[in-house]
Amino acid sequence: MGEPLVVMKDVNKHFGDLHVLRDINLEVASGEVVIVIGPSGSGKSTLCRTINRLETFESGSITIDGDPLPLEGKSLARLRADVGMVFQSFNLFAHKTILENVTLGPIKVRKEKKADAERHAMELLERVGVALQADKYPAQLSGGQQQRVAIARSLAMRPKVMLFDEPTSALDPEMINEVLDVMVQLAKEGMTMVVVTHEMGFARKAANRVVFMADGQIVEQAPPSDFFTNPQSDRAKDFLGKILTH
Amino acid sequence: MGDILSNYDILGAFWMTIKLSVLGTVGALVLGTVLAVMRVSPVTTLRAIGTSYVNVFRNTPLTLLMVASILGMTYILGMSLSDDQQTNIFRWAVIVLSVYHAAFICEAVRSGFNTVPVGQAEAARSIGLSFGQSLTQVILPQAVRGSIAPVGSTIIALIKNSTVASVIGVSDAAGMMATIVENETGTFGVFLIFAVGFVILTLPLGMAFTAMSRRLAVRR
Ligand SMILES: Nc1ncnc2c1ncn2[C@@H]1O[C@H](COP(=O)(O)OP(=O)(O)OP(=O)(O)O)[C@@H](O)[C@H]1O
Ligand SMILES: [Mg+2]
Repeated sequence: MGEPLVVMKDVNKHFGDLHVLRDINLEVASGEVVIVIGPSGSGKSTLCRTINRLETFESGSITIDGDPLPLEGKSLARLRADVGMVFQSFNLFAHKTILENVTLGPIKVRKEKKADAERHAMELLERVGVALQADKYPAQLSGGQQQRVAIARSLAMRPKVMLFDEPTSALDPEMINEVLDVMVQLAKEGMTMVVVTHEMGFARKAANRVVFMADGQIVEQAPPSDFFTNPQSDRAKDFLGKILTH
Repeated sequence: MGDILSNYDILGAFWMTIKLSVLGTVGALVLGTVLAVMRVSPVTTLRAIGTSYVNVFRNTPLTLLMVASILGMTYILGMSLSDDQQTNIFRWAVIVLSVYHAAFICEAVRSGFNTVPVGQAEAARSIGLSFGQSLTQVILPQAVRGSIAPVGSTIIALIKNSTVASVIGVSDAAGMMATIVENETGTFGVFLIFAVGFVILTLPLGMAFTAMSRRLAVRR
């Protein structure tokens, strides 16, 4: 693997008095799949969201494919187009059809022709298994289908890296696998991914590395097999003890 | 009664009311939407301007604004919008109706903004849409759909409030009614004619807005 695609260096962030990110140093290589886990409130979502600057940070630096995160405006928008983001609550555009959800970015940001964007969008919807729903509105789809559309919407921008913030935790249990299957497939095809999730199955199947966070710090990182069987820190042991019992 | 209908151009007067209302509505919608965007913008000064505007115009009597436009703007400051006196008055009336109701449209559209979850804006930004694109492609369309019902109420209020234009001499329905009441005897029926006239203007509109807000509602 070459030059790291995402580099976070000494990143610090506060929400008021709360120090949510403490000296975060993280590198994600091209093609790598990194899982972020940790207790609630440890800063996983915030870490994910600073990478495409949905959250600002006070000190340190973040670069994507060698380019530092711009502060504002056009260049920030351009960078965000290269960084896909999949949210816990899907956030599909409620007033647009499934197809329009997927073509909006390519047409408005990448300036693709409508016909080309639609052809590509249909391919992607086919791939995630919701092509038949193309003309429906988000509210007419199940959660699992909506989340797969959200993944297709991100993919339509041909991103360099994709961020997932607990993509399956708002889903009914029977829909979790249909979303995870799509993500495993993506990982196999070499997509660079940062995934906040507590799905151990996915971590074992697709991840190259697990990053464990607690209290705004990265406490430990290791390949999934090592981390789950032989965690080093007490915080991680404690945390795994809690989530693996049920 | 028949005399009244044949001696006075009541339809013409209502036509004037319609012209005032339509132009006033267009102005109020445009200005009100701009103000609403200012009120939700991240720029502090824009927000402050929007808030002050709403506070000032929502709390000033319309009659006062109407009179001030002619007495203040035209007679004292000499700002005439047409050499023809009647046209000048009509234009000022349209401006005053727009400016006054824009404050209410602003609040209606702003309530529409509040129906749009933050996640929609975050998703828009995260696919690389600029601030303006997020606004026009994602936020505004949903905000507008969420504000159809209160915007409808404001437009109906505007139609009825357009009668205030008669105080500066616009010959609209209300002006005509005042004239007839002054010149004729036994005019109780006249009130009825004008009341029915306004119901004909506003009732279908109210129903249309209710139907539209149902049909265009953003399902989440
Ligand atoms: N916009 C905000 N304003 C103030 N505090 C915030 C904000 N967003 C998050 N926080 C706080 O920052 C801390 C970290 O939040 P974050 O959402 O990153 O945690 P998390 O690890 O994703 O938790 P969870 O597993 O519950 O999703 C929490 O204490 C949270 O309450
Ligand atoms: Mg979170």
